[in-house]
Amino acid sequence: MVPPGAYLLLSAVLFVLGTVGVLVRRNALIIFMAVELMLNSVNLAFVTFARQLGAVDGQVIVFFVLVVAAVEVVVGLALIVDIFRSRDSVDIDDVDLLRG
Amino acid sequence: MTIQLAPLILLWPLLGWLTNALIGRRLPRAVSGWVAALSVAASFATALAVLSAFSETRAPGTSLSIGFPLYSWIGAGDLDVQVGLLVDALSLVMVLTVSGVGLLIHVYSIGYMAEDPNASRYFAYLNLFMFSMLLLVLAGNLLVLFVGWELVGLCSYLLIGFWFTRPAAASAGRKAFIVNRIGDAAFLLGLFILFTSLNTLDILKIRDGAAGLSDGARALAALLLFAGATGKSAQLPLHVWLPDAMEGPTPVSALIHAATMVTAGVFLIARLDRLFLTAPGVPAVIAMVGALSAFYAATVAVRQHDLKRVLAYSTISQLGYMFVAMGSLAPAAGIFHLVTQAFFKALLFLAAGSVMHAMHDVIDMRRLGGLARPLRWTAGGFVIGVLAIAGIPPFAGFFSKDLILEHAFALGMHTGNYLPYALGLLTAFVTAVYMTRAAMLTFGGRPADQDAHPHESPPLMLWPMGLLAVLAAGGGALGAQAAGEPLLRFLGPLMPPATEIAKSPPALLLAGVSIAVALAGVLVGWTAHRDRRDPALGPVGTFFERGWYINDLYEAVIVAPGKTLARWLAGPIDLGLIDAAVNGVGHVFGGFGEAARRLQTGYARQYALLLLIGTILIVGYWVLR
Repeated sequence: MVPPGAYLLLSAVLFVLGTVGVLVRRNALIIFMAVELMLNSVNLAFVTFARQLGAVDGQVIVFFVLVVAAVEVVVGLALIVDIFRSRDSVDIDDVDLLRG
Repeated sequence: MTIQLAPLILLWPLLGWLTNALIGRRLPRAVSGWVAALSVAASFATALAVLSAFSETRAPGTSLSIGFPLYSWIGAGDLDVQVGLLVDALSLVMVLTVSGVGLLIHVYSIGYMAEDPNASRYFAYLNLFMFSMLLLVLAGNLLVLFVGWELVGLCSYLLIGFWFTRPAAASAGRKAFIVNRIGDAAFLLGLFILFTSLNTLDILKIRDGAAGLSDGARALAALLLFAGATGKSAQLPLHVWLPDAMEGPTPVSALIHAATMVTAGVFLIARLDRLFLTAPGVPAVIAMVGALSAFYAATVAVRQHDLKRVLAYSTISQLGYMFVAMGSLAPAAGIFHLVTQAFFKALLFLAAGSVMHAMHDVIDMRRLGGLARPLRWTAGGFVIGVLAIAGIPPFAGFFSKDLILEHAFALGMHTGNYLPYALGLLTAFVTAVYMTRAAMLTFGGRPADQDAHPHESPPLMLWPMGLLAVLAAGGGALGAQAAGEPLLRFLGPLMPPATEIAKSPPALLLAGVSIAVALAGVLVGWTAHRDRRDPALGPVGTFFERGWYINDLYEAVIVAPGKTLARWLAGPIDLGLIDAAVNGVGHVFGGFGEAARRLQTGYARQYALLLLIGTILIVGYWVLR
């Protein structure tokens, strides 16, 4: 049996990967995927703890996260498509209308 | 019953005002003038009908006051203000004078304002003026009276400043408004005192309740209301607005001086005679203020060069007589003089307007002269007005002025204070001098300007003058003993002659003195100003010409410090302190924003990094705590 710590370690590695991805990549789609990676690393942590504590709450929350992630994908992709249409680019650094 | 028609008297000018104010611009000028004139004519006719019904209803020798409650305006706790009208002998006399003289002035205005592109606005104001004054004289409640009082002030402001593109007219309008406001403030304080002590502002209840007031409250209320009256009736020391009011169209001056405005103060005292004339010391104050104003204005009028300013000062002077009458406990005599003054003063002003019309707005008497020939009818009217105001029998002014002097003399016999009488007599002499001077300089001698080609005014302007000339010549019959004193008998039951002045003055002797003084004045005026000579009277003349420097005194004591204060408030205080504070706050936040905007780089990834750092800090805090 794999110890819970290993799952948590994997979860942490995935989360850091996702975070670094968000911070260093400029392509909006890649950033998006990195965000998904972060979400799923958290899901893994939830499941691990749920299993370890013998409580079902963590598992339930995972479903919520999945649903929210799906919704977020819909909205986010729509935004990216729209940005691409207007600018012919999905480089996140080009979108800087809010610069002060 | 016909008396029930009384509210209609108010309705007609209101309708005329609404018509001219709403659609006047689309009407032809003459139509809007006739709408205005007809609405006043309807008022006058209604007033006549009410008068005849009133005379039938009233039992001989008794006073009759009919209240018309219209609706309850303010009802809160103890405060109960009924909007209502009050019809009695006094208000009927006033309504007839105001609407009758007003009607003639309206008709005259149609001719006078025929060329003015803003005639509809003019007639709208004129109708509103009539409405305000009629509301004032018909009011059954002092608060309603106050509304009329203020509306009259407003209309005078609008009409004096009618040609508001001229700075002089605009500032004259403001001056009238502000000076009136000073009196109005006192008036309002008087109302407060009456209300706190009597718990009502109903005129009939005040008349009945005045006797029950303490001496102090009565005197204070009466003096405050009298201060309001001095503002509206242009008595010392609040007279300064009236001579400047000449900037308005001339018929407006006629209206203000004869019918709709300056008489309000006199009316107020007659309306509340039981309050004013029983208050300790107050009648003496009223008589003295009136006598001094009469004398002061007459002397100033002697050295004025603007014909209309002469007439303006003569109005102050004549109003002074009315206040002398009030102070001599003879309100009926004062009202009699009010009526005759309305006739001859309106006549004089309309004649002056006719001169302006003929001479293309020249009104400086130094540039007039010799107008008797080209302006035959105008000159005739003016001379009748002069004879009336100078007190030459049998013209109207003689009877009313003589009656007032008689009462002032009787008061002197009673109290030993002959000063009002002496000043009144002296004023009568000066009045005859300066009015003769005005007539001589304007109509006599040779024209000062040979190139002017004066032309007589149109019939529409001459007819009202003709009617007024008849009234100014024969109006004395209203109070002449030979004619049975119809006006005095009409007012008698409401305002009985004071009983405490039992001694009767030597009437015939006094009348003889009056006539002699008036004739002497005319003679002096005639000889001194023959061939358009105009003796300057040296330093005294300058003193008179500058109005005893009262305007300059106000300028130095009130206006100049006020301007300095305003400049100080506008400069150091407003710009230096308030604006600086406001701008300083703005600069602080602007600088803050300038610094903060550097955070907004527009790079989403940088935001994400900051988010991460923030999260780590917060979580770290909670973990390591």
